[in-house]
Amino acid sequence: MIAEVLAGRTEVFHDLIRPHERSVYLMALSLLRNEAEAEDAAQETFIKAYRNLGRFRSESRFSTWLIAIVLNEARGRLRRKQPGLTDSIDDTEGPVTPAQLTDWREIPSDSLERNEVRTLIRSAVDTLPLPYREVFVLRELEERNIQETAETLGITVASVKMRLHRARLMLQKQLAPQLIAATPKSRRRFPWF
Amino acid sequence: MVLNCRHVWDYISGYLDNTLDTQTRADVEKHLEHCEICSAVLDSTRNVLILTADDRVFELPLGYSERLHSRLTEAMLEIPPPEEEESS
Repeated sequence: MIAEVLAGRTEVFHDLIRPHERSVYLMALSLLRNEAEAEDAAQETFIKAYRNLGRFRSESRFSTWLIAIVLNEARGRLRRKQPGLTDSIDDTEGPVTPAQLTDWREIPSDSLERNEVRTLIRSAVDTLPLPYREVFVLRELEERNIQETAETLGITVASVKMRLHRARLMLQKQLAPQLIAATPKSRRRFPWF
Repeated sequence: MVLNCRHVWDYISGYLDNTLDTQTRADVEKHLEHCEICSAVLDSTRNVLILTADDRVFELPLGYSERLHSRLTEAMLEIPPPEEEESS
C-alpha cells in the first residue's frame, strides 16, 4: 500500500492508516491526558506521516514509525506547555512497595461495563510519571515488545524492564484496593426487600 | 535460595513476563506456595494489567475516525504527493 501511495494513488493512504488510528490516538492520549488535544495530535501525526512517507524505510514496521512520530508530536506539545519537562528519570530509585492484600479476589472484566471502574483505571494510568507511562502504554496497551519499546523511546532494554516493573507495581498499589472497594463482593440482589 | 517478600516483589514483573531464569522462578514459586500476601500481590497485579489493557478502558471519541479522514483529505490537497526519497 505504501508503494501505491508513493506511486501516486494517494487515496490509498486512508486505508493504509485505518488499522493504526487507535494506537496513535492512545499514545497521544496517554501522554497529553486530554481527549481534544490527543485527537488533534493524532491528526497532525497522520498528516506528518503522509508528508514524510517517502522517507519511511521498510526495514522498520509502519506502526513503529507512526508511534515514533506521535511520540515526538505529543512530547513537543508537552514541552511547549511545560518547558522544564524532562523525559529522563533516575532508574536507580528505590523499589515500589505493592499494596499488600490478603482478601484479594479476581475482579471480573464485566466490571469494566461500569463507568466508575473505567475511570478509576484511566486515572491510575494518568498518575504514572511520564517516563513510566510511556513504557507502560507501549508495552501493555500497544503490545510492543521490549526491544521495540527501547528503540522507540531511545532507552536501554534494562531501563524498559525497570520502568515497566515499577509502573506495574504502582498501578497495583493504587488500583487493587480501589477496585476491591468499587466492586461488590456479591452480585446477589434481593428485589423483594 | 530462600526469598523474602521484598525479593519476590522485585521479581513480579519478570515472573509475569516469564523472563526469570529457571532457578529464580522455582524460588519465587516456592515462596508463593506459602505466602498469602505475595500470592495476592501477584494475582492482583496480573488482574490489574488485564483490566487496564481492555479496549473498553480507553475508548476512541465518537466521530474520531470521520474527523481524522476529513482533515486528512483537506491536508492532502495542499501537500505535494509524497515520493520515495533516496536513502542517504
